[in-house]
Amino acid sequence: MRVAVAVFPGTNCEHDVAYALELQGAAPELVWHTSEDLSGFDGVVLPGGFAHGDYLRTGAIARFSPIMSEVSRLAQAGRPVLGICNGFQILCEARLLSGALMANRDTSFICRPIRVRVESTNSVLTAGASQGQVIQIPLNSYEGRFVAPGDDDLVVLRYCGPDGELDERFNPNGSTDSIAGTSNAAGNVVGLMPHPERAVEELLGSADGALLIGSFVTSLQPA
Amino acid sequence: MKVRVHVQRRPGIADPEGSTTAQALRSLGFDGVQEVLIGRAIDVEVATDDAGSALDQVEAMCKQLLTNPVLEDFDLEVLA
Repeated sequence: MRVAVAVFPGTNCEHDVAYALELQGAAPELVWHTSEDLSGFDGVVLPGGFAHGDYLRTGAIARFSPIMSEVSRLAQAGRPVLGICNGFQILCEARLLSGALMANRDTSFICRPIRVRVESTNSVLTAGASQGQVIQIPLNSYEGRFVAPGDDDLVVLRYCGPDGELDERFNPNGSTDSIAGTSNAAGNVVGLMPHPERAVEELLGSADGALLIGSFVTSLQPA
Repeated sequence: MKVRVHVQRRPGIADPEGSTTAQALRSLGFDGVQEVLIGRAIDVEVATDDAGSALDQVEAMCKQLLTNPVLEDFDLEVLA
């Protein structure tokens, strides 16, 4: 399964993402953002970082990079599309997901392991998980507060406590309804703020992220 | 012609930077401060002498790139 890992100027998680995909048996390939051809790829991941310096707004300029028309084409064709952190911000700016991300509630950069609860298994990221499952992966963002435009959001993951409790105490960045990840209606386009690719081996403190990345890889179908 | 875009958060979108600044102003003794909202200004110079055309162009830019309608409202002002 060939997966394009999009690299924008300022992307910095592409190698971690590629490593995590490889561990799950996929064949990742780093693709520069000026590429206008993703034919032959079964899916695409937009990794974290600071694409185009996050100038103007996070993801605002990246969404007009040439590669994004191909990302949209794959999304519309039902191929798995995953945006992590900055990639989530780009997918929102590109309107492939609804909502937007802005500065954290406490205007501080958050970098620590957090817990999320699986709210829906109807997505390429969570199809292999179980409803209500609690997963521990790191959060690493300043502009991670998800703002939902209405109530039509499709929630995939919510920030939670050790036993899956939902409470503002466990909402690290003030996201609407503790939302950590969302999908489109079909479930093939998913974005999340925390980083599953940084928790794919026990050596990294948690291997919970491997479940999510593995789910994404399993959902890839030959193009 | 130069057009200034005033970008402000939409009502209901929390502005932690603004509320922290408001708190700082109160602690400096500006007791009357009720609210501070922090936005941004973007000046765009376009190659036209017609204000209407300049405003139309910059409005289109706002809708496509300069602002995010989920988070922000904008007003335009012709500078010169």
